[in-house]
Amino acid sequence: MRLYRALLRFYPASFRAEYGQEMCALFTRRLRRASSAATVLALWLEALTDILPNAARAHADILRQDLRYAARSLARSPGFTLTAIVVASLGIGATTATFSILDQVLIRPLPFPESDRLVKLWQDESFRGYSRMEVSPGNFRDWKRLSKAFEAMAGYTNLSANLVGEGEPERLDGASVNGDLFDVLRAHAARGRIFTAADDRPGAPATVILSHGLWQTRFGGDPTVVGRRVLLNDAPYEIVGVMPANFSFPRRETRLWTTLRFEESAFQDRTDTWMYVIGRLRPGVSLERARAEMRVVAAQLGKAYPKENARISATVVWLRDEVSWQARFLLMALVGAAISVLLIACANLANLLLARALTRRRELAVRAALGAGRDRLVRQLLTESLVLAACGGALGVLLAAAAVPLVARLVPNALPIAETPPVDLRMLLIAAVLTAATGIGFGVVPALKACGDAGGDAIQEGSRGGVGRRTERLRSVLVVTEVMTSVALLICAGLLLRALWRLQGTDPGFRTDGVLTLRTALPIPKYNQSERRWRFYQSVLSEIRAVPGVAGAAYVSFLPMVMRGGIWPVAKAGEPEDNTTDTTASLRYVTPSFFATLGIPLRLGRDVADSDTRDSPYVAVVSESFARRFWPGENPLGRRFRFAMDDRTVVGVVGDVKVRGLERESEPQVYVPSRQVADASIIGYVPKDLVIRSSVAPAALLPTIREIIAKADPQLPVSDVQTLSAVVEADTAPRRVQARVVGAFAAIAFLLAGIGIHGLLAFTVSQRTREIGVRIALGAPSGEILKMVLRRGFRLAAGGVVLGAALAYAAGRAMEALLFGVSPADVATFAAAVSLSLAMATLGSLWPALRAVRIDPIAAIRAE
Amino acid sequence: MTRDRADVDSLLPLAPAAFHILMALSEEDRHGYAILQDVAARTHGQVKLGPGTLYRSIQRMLEQGLIVEIQERPAPELDDERRRYYRITPLGASAARAEARRLAELVKLARASGFAPRSA
Repeated sequence: MRLYRALLRFYPASFRAEYGQEMCALFTRRLRRASSAATVLALWLEALTDILPNAARAHADILRQDLRYAARSLARSPGFTLTAIVVASLGIGATTATFSILDQVLIRPLPFPESDRLVKLWQDESFRGYSRMEVSPGNFRDWKRLSKAFEAMAGYTNLSANLVGEGEPERLDGASVNGDLFDVLRAHAARGRIFTAADDRPGAPATVILSHGLWQTRFGGDPTVVGRRVLLNDAPYEIVGVMPANFSFPRRETRLWTTLRFEESAFQDRTDTWMYVIGRLRPGVSLERARAEMRVVAAQLGKAYPKENARISATVVWLRDEVSWQARFLLMALVGAAISVLLIACANLANLLLARALTRRRELAVRAALGAGRDRLVRQLLTESLVLAACGGALGVLLAAAAVPLVARLVPNALPIAETPPVDLRMLLIAAVLTAATGIGFGVVPALKACGDAGGDAIQEGSRGGVGRRTERLRSVLVVTEVMTSVALLICAGLLLRALWRLQGTDPGFRTDGVLTLRTALPIPKYNQSERRWRFYQSVLSEIRAVPGVAGAAYVSFLPMVMRGGIWPVAKAGEPEDNTTDTTASLRYVTPSFFATLGIPLRLGRDVADSDTRDSPYVAVVSESFARRFWPGENPLGRRFRFAMDDRTVVGVVGDVKVRGLERESEPQVYVPSRQVADASIIGYVPKDLVIRSSVAPAALLPTIREIIAKADPQLPVSDVQTLSAVVEADTAPRRVQARVVGAFAAIAFLLAGIGIHGLLAFTVSQRTREIGVRIALGAPSGEILKMVLRRGFRLAAGGVVLGAALAYAAGRAMEALLFGVSPADVATFAAAVSLSLAMATLGSLWPALRAVRIDPIAAIRAE
Repeated sequence: MTRDRADVDSLLPLAPAAFHILMALSEEDRHGYAILQDVAARTHGQVKLGPGTLYRSIQRMLEQGLIVEIQERPAPELDDERRRYYRITPLGASAARAEARRLAELVKLARASGFAPRSA
């Protein structure tokens, strides 16, 4: 019988209370009459099929009733309903949007089959501070040969290619990949084929695979494109395939793939590290095992090649986890802020509902007197709050869908994923869960509270509507929570903003104003010889310098903050480079007047000159930190060192530049004259970024520059046109987005907390009208009444502010890494947030306080 | 009268369980178990209502006003504390009649279409 009773629990409580006993009695009677075990079993089966569907229908009946009732009751108070829906939608929308981004960046599997076995491998050069360094082809080949944990391993490198023919010359981002890279990813071509091992062999015909996007834009989606020939960097390539629309690797912007081929000589120099390596773990092999094995493999290579590999190990990480700690942190902080907004929204809603429940005590008491059980009333009220939450949730999803593109800058482009998460089932599910949690979260307490109060005495007490002390206290706690969370958010937003300002105030080491930059990548082998390149630079630069308004122009290998790496070991003159050294510097080839054009101060000696050719002594200009490091307290001019395969003499010292961006420590810099490089050597560093300082607006200047370049080489595409200020701004873009979003969240929270204080006080005043009336009648001066209400508002605010400040300090400590040196106890920020909150409390209390003062004592007492 | 008619029409077609319960209550007031027994007897054991179906139907029929729960009880020695007795209302009777008419017309239509039930 106990089992039958348990089955009855599927019914709504009210139904069970009404019919449970009779049903039990009926079933017992039947059971008693059953003769055999088979009949008993049949009876139980019948009971199961009888109870479950009927219980579901009974629930549906109640839900229908409650929904109808809720709709009527909410429609009766549209002001309340609208406020509640908007508040809920803000909380749910903010959280859904940030969660979707977090999900997209950190949780959702990458869009490749069995992507949970894909890893990325790096050279671990922790001894000089780099745990993730590119890999040399020699090491890659040996890793592949010696390891057993991987089903397959493939290498690739980024590629920029000039595509000529079929319209304007265009510069495209692509990747040079090993033939089996697509196999590692288990990707298939949408048209044609993917690469095979045969494409990799030196001397095989050159082949290229197009991305869906490139195929559409450049080739108009031509179905016969496979088999056509195109010119890439002046060499003919055959198009062998087109990838599907949803495929991107290694980056979102990758638009074509060519094969990565190694001449035997490429395997010799193990100090030349430039490859990226991915692998697919064998089924059942853990990441730990792969790591352990790769450490052994690296140690073996260290013994075999002590000069280059002695201190080099291997790093293995999930491909999924290729997200910088910073991107991760920015997102986490954002989700934290969104959850705070949701919390405040919930507290606010709970308060609204509590107030509403108190005004509805009479209605509830009447229903209770008519026989509605407490469970039934709680259920009814919960349905109401869930209806509110559901409307808020629906509106919230719309808000989230609209807001997601605004925060898309926080999706790192280093991952092969879309920029914005799609509005799909996952996002809707997140919203649904949040909605349910919200509805129950803000609904349960008021519902229990209201029904607990709905005893018989509520009818008599009715219009007097005395407010229980405990309810009052509960509502105060909710308001204090709101103020606390909003203060914490305000302070965190303030700290992040100060960190951003400090960062933006950091001197990058060059002057950003009035500098236009663009890229003209000289195709190799056409420009293999450095003299040929020099003639190109000469002709372009001299013509640009002659344009009115232009103050300077120069070429450099890479702009700072655009290319952050390019690091080489530094050795003593006459000695070979030692790859195990921890002294490194970034290498850039420059044409004369680069420093003047960018506004990098020349501290000592001279700039590189046109006369620095391969027939004259090899020279270098170094940064101050380089000079300090190698010749502390001495004159660096005339000193010699070995760098980038040659001995060089220091002829000049310039200021340091934040090559790695404003936030990171950069390596010392070495600048080498562009003419002093052997033909076909270090071609990755061939100067291609053009910088022009001028007093003319970039838009006005650009057509002239394009003409000049087209005259020098009509097949050379111009790309990456941007101002130097934009380059520096891009460096802080994710932070700016984050600060803006957290700021917006803080503003919402602030507003909600203000509404919370106002709502509570306004309600209290209206509930205490009679008492206040009596006080006034007894001669209490209006100043006294005013003070009484304001004092209460301040007490609530003060409690929230103190707790909020403590919470903010804890949060600030947790995100100290993001604060760029701003103290988590920054006095100015705390002071600003606290005074803002107190001002808000005053404003929120003022209106209810004035209403209290204006209470007409006679009317208030007569109303009794 | 017309309003009653509209009320009745809005209740049709009756759920089979509700129709059986109305028939069981047509002769006398009964409690739940008696209804089950009567339905089983009337249909020669063809229709067996489970307690779940019975009481959910009763709950709905109470809400719709087809039946009422009665307060007066039979003699104490025949009564069981737990039992509640139900009585058919005039609306319930009209609804049952209307349902019977509906079914009869349906059978007439079926017959006209050549689906004459074979006589036993």
